[in-house]
Amino acid sequence: METATKPSLWLRLANPAAFNTLANRLLWPLIIATVAAFAYGLYGAFMTSPADYQQGETVRIMYIHVPAAWLALFVYAGMSVSALGTLVFRHPMADVAQKAAAPLGAGFTLICLITGSFWGKPMWGTWWEWDARLTSVLILFLIYLGIIALWRAIDEPQRGARAVAILTLVGAVNLPIIKFSVDWWYTLHQPASVFRMGGPSIHKSMLTPLFAMGLAYLFLYLVLLILRMKTELMTRRLERLQIVAADKLAKSTGA
Amino acid sequence: MNALFAVIRREITLARRIGAGAELGIVFFLILISVVPFAIGADQKLIGRIAPAILWLAALLATLLGLDRLLQADEEDGIVDHLLLGDTPLMLVLAAKALAHWLVTGLPLSLVAPLLGLMLAIEPGAMLPLTISLLIGTPALTLIGLVGASLTVSLKRGGLLLSVLVLPLSIPTLIFGATVVKEAAAGRAYETPLMLLAGVSLIMLVIAPLAAAGALRFARN
Repeated sequence: METATKPSLWLRLANPAAFNTLANRLLWPLIIATVAAFAYGLYGAFMTSPADYQQGETVRIMYIHVPAAWLALFVYAGMSVSALGTLVFRHPMADVAQKAAAPLGAGFTLICLITGSFWGKPMWGTWWEWDARLTSVLILFLIYLGIIALWRAIDEPQRGARAVAILTLVGAVNLPIIKFSVDWWYTLHQPASVFRMGGPSIHKSMLTPLFAMGLAYLFLYLVLLILRMKTELMTRRLERLQIVAADKLAKSTGA
Repeated sequence: MNALFAVIRREITLARRIGAGAELGIVFFLILISVVPFAIGADQKLIGRIAPAILWLAALLATLLGLDRLLQADEEDGIVDHLLLGDTPLMLVLAAKALAHWLVTGLPLSLVAPLLGLMLAIEPGAMLPLTISLLIGTPALTLIGLVGASLTVSLKRGGLLLSVLVLPLSIPTLIFGATVVKEAAAGRAYETPLMLLAGVSLIMLVIAPLAAAGALRFARN
């Protein structure tokens, strides 16, 4: 039985050294992919794609705004999977991944909110509109902040990881309910004139740079995630080494 | 079953003995309502229009504030350890604690709400819907708070963090609850938001004790 002797990739990754090896091998290709995707996407977004016949040049904010919204949700989905990894499979890398991902997700959500506000100024005439989509994203941002706050409040990483995992899963169950309730609330209080996006009827000349930017954001996220996970592993190792060093010092001085 | 009744009885007795029984919650509710006109002005019409929102926000805050002690006292004197080791499923014990908390906060608030609604010039036709919506909705707030309380149980100053964790999750309850009262005050049908509110409470009844029990158990390990 060969399969029994060779552990799966999943299991081998539980070893920080194995994870580091794989991370180092992936890092540079991912960085190159990020740069390439951003170059192609930004060129398309600002140079080749046409201006909208209604919105003019402001439509270009879309290429920054929409991929950020995608990533905001994607990162949360990934964190939910990590939460299951922490609680069910007790995979040691799961909570490292989750801790590394939370501020990144909050960052993408913030980019989405800020660019949404910039887009709202010319379209709605105000910096902020209590629009259903913007409001849902704002609540998602608040949930991210709650998760980060809980991480920082509990100083023991093991215990903190499990508390955050439970909070993440409770949030994951609640997010569809919140999304539904906010949409419902909005249709009830909808202001008279609201700008709406063209829906799925975006022309291909705009869709291609949009997807390119989506890929660029995704690659950027992966690069930052790997870097943050490596940093988190090193921080934990450093803490352990400090404890060992303090222990040695205490013994040598006879305390 | 007996054990669960004992938990409920104990919680209520404790709440009364430390002066945190139903009366204090009602007083807090009354104070929140009285502060509003000072911030807004004595414009009866304006107050009447935003009364549903004020009442529901006050209920939300009144429920939230008692929550950080829901489990903390038991954690400090070691009762949580006994509950973890006991035969009764932790989930049910926590549900019983939430029920007891609701009996001394949510229930009395719902019952006095029409009286305060009167002060806020709410439409007479909205009084009954107001009470019903609070009766159905406040359990959801308590249950969401239970999750927050179990996550922050070991923290010395968990109160502010608890609010940050709990408030975003209580938004659907607030939306549906306030809408019930608003629609009723405008003389429109309010069955749909009421049913959605009941749905939120039922979902929380399933999720919250499970998540809270998980949080307490995993916190030891």
